[in-house]
Amino acid sequence: MTASASNTAIYVSGLNVRFAGFAAITNLSMELRYGEIRAIIGPNGAGKTTLMDVITGKTRPASGEVFLDRVTNLATLDETSIARLGIGRKFQKPSVFEALLVRENLELAIRNGHGYADMLRSRLKTEYDQRIDEVLETIGLSSEGRRLAGTLSHGQKQWLEIGMLLVADPHVILLDEPVAGMTDHETARTVELIARLKSPARAVVVIEHDMDFVGEIADLVSVLHEGQLLGEGSMEKVRSDPRVIQVYLGR
Amino acid sequence: MTTLPETAARRNWTLSAFLSKWMEIGIVPVLILVAAYLPFAYFAIPEASALHMSLFGINLIGQIMCFALLALALDLVWGYAGILSLGHGIFFGIGGYLMAIYLLNSAYAETNVLPDFIQYMGTGGFPTVWKIFSRLDVTVLITIVFTALVAGVFGFVTFRSRINGVYLSIITQALTYALMLLLFINDVGLGGNNGMTGFTNIAGLRIAGVSTQIGLAVCSCVVLVVAYVGVRYLAHSSLGRALIAVRDDEARMRFLGYRTHTLKLIAWCLSAVIAALAGMLYVPQVGIVNPTIVSPQLSVEIAVWVAIGGRGTLIGAIAGAILVNGLKFWLSSQLPEVWPFILAGVTLVIVVAFGNGVWGTLKAAGEEANR
Repeated sequence: MTASASNTAIYVSGLNVRFAGFAAITNLSMELRYGEIRAIIGPNGAGKTTLMDVITGKTRPASGEVFLDRVTNLATLDETSIARLGIGRKFQKPSVFEALLVRENLELAIRNGHGYADMLRSRLKTEYDQRIDEVLETIGLSSEGRRLAGTLSHGQKQWLEIGMLLVADPHVILLDEPVAGMTDHETARTVELIARLKSPARAVVVIEHDMDFVGEIADLVSVLHEGQLLGEGSMEKVRSDPRVIQVYLGR
Repeated sequence: MTTLPETAARRNWTLSAFLSKWMEIGIVPVLILVAAYLPFAYFAIPEASALHMSLFGINLIGQIMCFALLALALDLVWGYAGILSLGHGIFFGIGGYLMAIYLLNSAYAETNVLPDFIQYMGTGGFPTVWKIFSRLDVTVLITIVFTALVAGVFGFVTFRSRINGVYLSIITQALTYALMLLLFINDVGLGGNNGMTGFTNIAGLRIAGVSTQIGLAVCSCVVLVVAYVGVRYLAHSSLGRALIAVRDDEARMRFLGYRTHTLKLIAWCLSAVIAALAGMLYVPQVGIVNPTIVSPQLSVEIAVWVAIGGRGTLIGAIAGAILVNGLKFWLSSQLPEVWPFILAGVTLVIVVAFGNGVWGTLKAAGEEANR
């Protein structure tokens, strides 16, 4: 019991989020743990992206608790502070900086908003430089470092964005539909990439519609429906849950 | 086999590639040459020669350099940080007015005659605070600090409240108008609509003197060069890359751990100080400061120069300011009624035909040729 408690990365309890009267999330409680890859599934409007918005500080909850490591109250912090705590996020549509080089994108990510004086002198720690090389290798863009990010293909942009998370070595990684719009080949590569993100010191959360993809990567699946937690467990368990089938899988 | 790469290399030497590659650095020696040429052109070259320049011409170049500084300042915040300020005239005005206060102080020290507007106010002398502006170096220093402070407070409040885009533009424009109206009031004590004039000397030199005026024009060129080198260094540094990232997707930068309002504030304050320096150089060259220096029209025009030249290129902003103002001085004396239509026409054609401005288009063509 204590072991699993100390394992908690993000602790959500009694969370309510409303947009102009519309309840996006209602009384949601869940735990996201280190060392696991968690998939969050559910129909459109189930509150999946809203949950990520709350965890990353983009949206303020109406009530409820969101804690990192059971000590830091994320509901009171802004996006920047939360990002600096080591919570990284990949957005649904690729949002790399297209006017900058691939390498420059990773540089911005690894600096994490620190050291303006070094930035003015364009100085980068050698270990950061090496880390960027490693990550370029990992995301398969080693030879594209000097290319403008805007000229990459859709899949490459998605990988670059995952790379931008990876360089900063975050404790919590939130991925919003990482394989949307990808070819089968690209999806397969992304599965490998996400599997590499898994580490005992890291919690990985993936929002996805593609069930085969979820089955391949997720240790645990949480199903959201109309802002509430409908079920939680392994993919097989979730797939056989009659309520889940009714609202989501069956359709 | 060996001829292939060579022809490919030769094709790179198109004019656009050459210009976009080398003028970014080449502008520095060009401006230094201009600065060195000005005294030479007046004193050493006989009047009959076509290379001789009149004092009027030199004075014009000096003024245009001040406008180029303003454009450079705006390009830093607009082209790099994505903040379209339609109120840079405010900082230009702060520099101009504080310089004028210094110039009136030194005129009074020389002639012992108070300016008319001070006499009308019946206070019997300059306001006490004016005394700190009795030396040029102190005035420059105070102006830099004061401008950075004003810009800092405005920037802190607006950037922190996440006021962006057109809303910020409108606020800056409205503030410009408000400041102009304020300065029109005689009781404010800055000369009302007549402004401040009657300057006699600057740092002990006779202000209307030929060498002083040439010196000011040279000084404007030099300040432009220094500012360009400094801003280019910033723009091409990792900090400059971060500004571009803020311009293109500020929210994303927050999720990467950046305090985006701090980044914007750095660019904003630096830009304001450059604009104030432009104002300080401009006023002694035109010999007067009045509220039109903070007219909304001037502030919008700066954006037009930058848009024509190409925002986010620095050199394009400078070229735009020089081209448009050169054309303006020339045409507004020949065809004063037609000038506004020509400016509007040129602006429309360039914005529609070349979205990136003249320099931006040239640069893109150069990069294309290099591919």
